[in-house]
Amino acid sequence: MRITDETIEYVAALAKLELSGAEKEKAREDLGNILSYIDTMNEIETDDVEPMSHVFPIKNVFREDIVENGPDRENLLSNAPEQQDGCYVVPQTVE
Amino acid sequence: MAEKEITALSALALGRMIKRGEVSAVEATRALLDKIKAEDGAYNSYICVMEEEAMKRAKEVQRGIEAGAYADSPLAGVPMGIKDNICTKGVPTTCASKILQSFRPPYNASVVEKLEAAGAVMVGKTNMDEFAMGSTTETSFFGPTKNPRNISRVPGGSSGGSAAAVAAGEAFYALGSDTGGSIRQPSSYCGVVGMKPTYGTVSRYGLIAYGSSLDQIGPITKNVSDCAAVLEMISGYDKKDSTSVKDASLDYCYTKALTEDVKGLRIGIPRSYFGEGLDPDVKETVQKAAKVLEAEGAVLEEFDMEMVDYAIPAYYVIASAEASSNLSRFDGVKYGYRTPEFSGLQDVYRKSRSEGFGREVKRRMMIGAFVLSSGYYDAYYNKALRIKACIKKSFDEAFARYDVILGPAAPTTAPELGKSLDDPVKMYLGDIYTVSVNLAGLPGICLPCGTDRAGLPVGLQLIGNAFSEKTLIRAAYTYEQAAASGGGR
Repeated sequence: MRITDETIEYVAALAKLELSGAEKEKAREDLGNILSYIDTMNEIETDDVEPMSHVFPIKNVFREDIVENGPDRENLLSNAPEQQDGCYVVPQTVE
Repeated sequence: MAEKEITALSALALGRMIKRGEVSAVEATRALLDKIKAEDGAYNSYICVMEEEAMKRAKEVQRGIEAGAYADSPLAGVPMGIKDNICTKGVPTTCASKILQSFRPPYNASVVEKLEAAGAVMVGKTNMDEFAMGSTTETSFFGPTKNPRNISRVPGGSSGGSAAAVAAGEAFYALGSDTGGSIRQPSSYCGVVGMKPTYGTVSRYGLIAYGSSLDQIGPITKNVSDCAAVLEMISGYDKKDSTSVKDASLDYCYTKALTEDVKGLRIGIPRSYFGEGLDPDVKETVQKAAKVLEAEGAVLEEFDMEMVDYAIPAYYVIASAEASSNLSRFDGVKYGYRTPEFSGLQDVYRKSRSEGFGREVKRRMMIGAFVLSSGYYDAYYNKALRIKACIKKSFDEAFARYDVILGPAAPTTAPELGKSLDDPVKMYLGDIYTVSVNLAGLPGICLPCGTDRAGLPVGLQLIGNAFSEKTLIRAAYTYEQAAASGGGR
């Protein structure tokens, strides 16, 4: 499969990645090769087969809406790159 | 007992000696830490060694044992290592990535809680491919691990640090994770025993997700008995993992299956597992191992299972799709690396991720974003899920006729360092004998069965039907005992 620069830019945007020129070129080549290989799936006729997301009959798991874990804000925030007054700090996003 | 003799023991043998008071948990932990200090510079099996914490923990467990605690825990006081994508409270858990370099989880994974309750002593976190994406442990941000059997070779991956640590005697056992072969393939390359349990057997709570529908945590050990004992400790229903299986008929008593008995066991050998692309030494060694089981009374039969050839493309679509979704949580806000310079929130996301993730992880996130994008979703993602259904059906048909499927775990022995990463398609092809097992959710065990002409270990893979871990352990144990007493070698 031929991958265009537009496709790479679109996919990088979806993955929230910023690629350098050299990275883009390498990604174009790799993605092309990988997708060509992935296309071998088309050798198998699967029109009558339902897509299977789980191999076992797994059902949604419900539970009572009861809080079991206590407040743990300080502990959770301890990994944040930047925090203030018990909140995560991000650049201003709303005017 | 000399430190060298202690570190050569199996986990169960050490556990028994600790219980009998012949060695203390403190002595064993000291011996292991000394060995790591002296030798791990050559292998780089560990990302982080917790010397102080491990010694403190060993003392605490030793006191417990002396007070009569841990009576039902055969591995109490035995030091071990944990793959660095399994959350350990307060202890760095990096996924071998720059983006999580400074992450200290505020909680323990469920398997870690279970190990602690059984008196385990964690000595450190083992190296791996970044976010478990890779087959060589060369994509680690902390540098590659080297194979202790031959340091010019890779240990395999992604649980290469765990397999290398066990092979080098730097851990009595270790935990790994297996999404497409990441326990079985490094076990094969390093000459140790590794098992990927049936999906849903071991809780994934606290395992940093790669491909959630495929990931399972499992043991990497020095022998089959240790494997059964470790699996017994970590298995069981967990309400914190909604894909954990709740089935009252499962007793998880795997050590009960450590019996030498394969009489009448029906073993299917897929012809395609011994076809094109398989190294002749690996082929011959694995075929010899099959003969050992036959001599013990198993019934071997070859059969066709062509569908597994399509497992790799389907796997890379599904795993990458799930990875692109799972790894979107790394945004430079809640935890992990944040770029120092940015303008605006979108820039924080893009730059933190671009600087924080390595090449293979970016590659797979982009494949995932592509196959899930509008216009391609049906042709790729849904197609892969249909192939997955076909693969599951082939296994169902095979297990109607056989108890166990036998084959190699990898097409070659361990490749040289630095030779694998440049050609991703070629590297992905190395997963041919392992990925279908994950797609079908089945259990698989890999155990050493000899060496190639260069003296590198060859692994024998046994695949079982869902929840037939005991059958696998029984077959693996029978092989191990027969081979040790001279059969087939």
